[in-house]
Amino acid sequence: MNPDPTMPILASASSLGPKFSLIMPEIVLFVGAVLCAVMGLSRSRTVRTAVPWIAVASLAATFAAMLKVWTPEAAAAAELPMPMLGKYVIALLCVVGVGHVLASAGSVDRSVERQIASGAGAFDPVRVIQGEFYAFLLLSLCGGMLICHATDLVWLFLAFELCSLPTYVLVAIGRGADRSMEAAIKYFFLGAMSTATMLFGFALLYGATGTLELSAMSEAFQLQAQTTGIGSVAIVGVLLAVIGICFKLAAVPMHFYAPDVYEGASSPVAAFISFVPKVQGFVTLVLLLSTVGWGAAGDGSTPPVIAAVLWMIAVLTMTLGNIGALLQRSAKRMLAYSSIANSGYMLVGILAGPKIGVDATFLYLLTYGVANLATFGALAAIERNGHEVDSLDDLAGLRVRAPRVAVALAIGALSLTGIPPILGFWGKLDLFVAAAESQQRALLVIMALNSGVAAFYYLRLVAGPFVQEPTPRTQGVTPVASLWPRVSAVVFAVGCLVLPFAANQLKGESASAAVASGAAKPVLTAEK
Amino acid sequence: MTLAVLLIVLPLAGAFLCLGSTERAAKAVGMLTGLVVLGVATAMAFEFPAWTSGEFWPNAEGWRLFSAFGVDFLLGTDSIGMLLILLTALLIPCSMLVSFSSITQRQRGFYAQFLFMESAVMLAFLARDVILFYIGYEFTLVPLFLIVAVWGGHERRVAAVKLWVYSFVGSVVSLVGFIYLAAGNAAANGGALDFSISSLVEYGSNLPASTQWWVFLAIMGGFAVKVPFVPVHSWLPLAHGEAPTAGSVVLAGIVIKIGQYGALRFAFPMAPEGALALAPFFSALALVGILAMSLVCWVQNDVKRLVAYSSVAHMGLALLAMFAFNVVGMEGAVLYMVNHGLSTAGMFMCIGIMYERYHTKDMEVVGGLMQRMPVWSVFMVFFAMASLALPGLNGFVSEFLCLMGVFTADSGVMTGFPGILGPAYAFLAALALVLGALYVLRMLQKFVFGPLREPHGDGHGHHGHDHHAHGHQASGHQVVKDVNGREILAMLPLAVGCIVIGIWPSPILRAVEPAAANIVAPYVKLIERDAAMAAPKTALATPAAAEGAAQ
Repeated sequence: MNPDPTMPILASASSLGPKFSLIMPEIVLFVGAVLCAVMGLSRSRTVRTAVPWIAVASLAATFAAMLKVWTPEAAAAAELPMPMLGKYVIALLCVVGVGHVLASAGSVDRSVERQIASGAGAFDPVRVIQGEFYAFLLLSLCGGMLICHATDLVWLFLAFELCSLPTYVLVAIGRGADRSMEAAIKYFFLGAMSTATMLFGFALLYGATGTLELSAMSEAFQLQAQTTGIGSVAIVGVLLAVIGICFKLAAVPMHFYAPDVYEGASSPVAAFISFVPKVQGFVTLVLLLSTVGWGAAGDGSTPPVIAAVLWMIAVLTMTLGNIGALLQRSAKRMLAYSSIANSGYMLVGILAGPKIGVDATFLYLLTYGVANLATFGALAAIERNGHEVDSLDDLAGLRVRAPRVAVALAIGALSLTGIPPILGFWGKLDLFVAAAESQQRALLVIMALNSGVAAFYYLRLVAGPFVQEPTPRTQGVTPVASLWPRVSAVVFAVGCLVLPFAANQLKGESASAAVASGAAKPVLTAEK
Repeated sequence: MTLAVLLIVLPLAGAFLCLGSTERAAKAVGMLTGLVVLGVATAMAFEFPAWTSGEFWPNAEGWRLFSAFGVDFLLGTDSIGMLLILLTALLIPCSMLVSFSSITQRQRGFYAQFLFMESAVMLAFLARDVILFYIGYEFTLVPLFLIVAVWGGHERRVAAVKLWVYSFVGSVVSLVGFIYLAAGNAAANGGALDFSISSLVEYGSNLPASTQWWVFLAIMGGFAVKVPFVPVHSWLPLAHGEAPTAGSVVLAGIVIKIGQYGALRFAFPMAPEGALALAPFFSALALVGILAMSLVCWVQNDVKRLVAYSSVAHMGLALLAMFAFNVVGMEGAVLYMVNHGLSTAGMFMCIGIMYERYHTKDMEVVGGLMQRMPVWSVFMVFFAMASLALPGLNGFVSEFLCLMGVFTADSGVMTGFPGILGPAYAFLAALALVLGALYVLRMLQKFVFGPLREPHGDGHGHHGHDHHAHGHQASGHQVVKDVNGREILAMLPLAVGCIVIGIWPSPILRAVEPAAANIVAPYVKLIERDAAMAAPKTALATPAAAEGAAQ
């Protein structure tokens, strides 16, 4: 097999027409992002404070556009590897994204706004960062959505980077403190390194197959598998890409940054970077794996080397994450380790394979996103003497100081624990079942024990607010001035309680998102 | 069906009402809800058509909320579950009633937690689907944790965290067993997940014996934490010791019963061969537990912990009787669950009432209370007697049946019923009963009879923790008052239950028998099969011995 390397790129150019018809939601979101950036420069405070609402409105418009354009026919015409994946991911990012916007509202650069409002400081377009903040937030979401449209590695990489780059800026500008700068630099350099690793992996994949198109690559691998076996260059390429993606997932061995970066970033930003990069990473991982062994290659199994590496990553990630979380006294660091552990759980779904497990991973992303936002949002909704709440000690007796926030925090934590019938339980159940159905018994047991460990540290977020009495230290803990972070936390906590009533629908959506394109099916049936 | 749904929904609604009411009104709302639920449960008991058939009722499908996960909202229960539902519905209002004066802070939360718990427990007893059961089973943890952690004694936080972690890990282990079965079932039957108990029982009981071994170990291992079984019991005495009175009542009377219920409803039917293979292991553990815990009770001076450890011993006996795999033993075990719920709950109430007055549970500090609180002493002695199985009271019936079940479950020489256990086990278990009499009598002697000892003056101040800061009426030279009408009202239903079951157990036994027979049925076949396979061998090996036995 010796294809002309220019051919696939030309082929992808020819299919741009149907692709553009699907891209309407992202265009809407991009316009919204630009609008946010421009309006943030306005001299009028009213206009500047309206920016979050523009962001919310553009997310709503994106959602509406997605509903309108994303039909199965349109997706089929665009020849996407996973036709309905985009619908699920866009909906997920829009809904949870609104929560992230609200959680950030009013908390971004409060001090500067206060100074300008009181006349203590003059308006300075360089220092007022509200507009950019929301613009970057929307751009990152936009990148996450665009990944689902990828049919070749170039698109995949560009969308991946569009999702990543704004998050570094968000970490830097989300909080007027030196620590956030330090965190941002750490995050950026490590992120750049991981991206480079991933890109090198992509290059190897191109070298191994001579194509950048995912479907052509998949066919090439199928051919290799049937004749000589998949070459080691390709395996190394996939593994390098996986390592790069691990950074986004905060999975072992690229997890070290997470606690520091989350602690340095402001709470709403920490919420954002613990969720959106996970969506980004898992979608990329699924698309990538669907070229080697999952998609057109037919048998739906991951090559053994890759499966073994993923297995180790999953086990180490969930175990180290949970053990790390046990040792923390800072709520944000604890949640950072919890975010690591949750990536480990979600990798179990990937390991279970395309037909059984991927939908479980997608469902878990949703349940995790909602519960995580309720928890982080609650942290974003309180402050102590004007500073962010970070230590677990600050949460003692929170029910007295901020009852609604305390309830939201507890519900989010219980959902992350997996207490039935709260939302998180259904995500976990689905992953457990996926592990059992794919005969991954060891993983099933390890995961169960891990969730036992997790039950211990999540409990602190329930026990602190509801069991402990307020201490002198917590005298200064108050809800933040802005109403919206509280609203976000409470709404998503209510979501944790209410969404189980729609569990069937959610599972249906995630299952349809995980279906690979029709190209794979004839091969499958032919083989049977 | 309406009644079954009401049993779950009403307490839930009541809990939210409680949270939304005022501090003063909360107890009334809670109590009223508890009574209404008791009424509903009673109505359901009257309507229950399966008292003598061992079938499940109403067995009707509710909302199809989680059908994509293979979870049916299928509600129904047999006579065993119905008895436990009645017990729950009775104990919840009683435990609320006894807390009226002892709980002075965060009352809305307190009564709401009990109703949340009641709702979850009802769901667990009514579920005909494993995940549905699991929802109820696992959710009890949240209110229980809060009850212990917020309204408990000095070490309440440690106790509550221990309870949380032990129970959570235990139930997740059970869940792994269930999911393993469900996934296997789905693979065998064309891919559709189905968590309904009946299909898992059918699939599980037909698995190869070696697989069943693991399944039983997982499911039973998880429930063993809740029962609690001896190596994993250490959370219970601590939790009991620190829980508020009502919490102890509910913990002993209801929550740990879910563990036993889970064993007989899930572990035993789903993996009979595994249960049979692991029976020697579990029975030995149960025996060790019974004896060890009885010895621990003997040297306990903390009355509440004493009763808690005796609970562990009693539940060990009930579980041992289940491993006898005969109807008598199973009946005894079920009845034991109910009786233990009544008598131990009664003892915890008595101790709680005493604690409210003296702020100590130490028998060295307080004792001879007969002279100070005669009516209280009557109840205390009564419940203690019921618990040590005085003939004529309920404990005797169940203990006798359990021992009989264990005794007759030998290899066929004595009664013709083949089984695993036998007279030796029964003898050792009976030894524990003697020990039981010893420690209970020692407790009564020090605590109720004997010379009057009371904590003096301010010396006991540190015994009361912050929630009892207002309850200093017992301090100084003020004379402690005997139980009041409200407290008697809380204990009376339990006492009546003890007497009724003690002198007229036959209706309950008749009701339990078919359900117990259903659980035992696969075992009788398996044991007979094993005996048939083993018989020729023994006959060949020792014909003389076989002849000797025949003569």
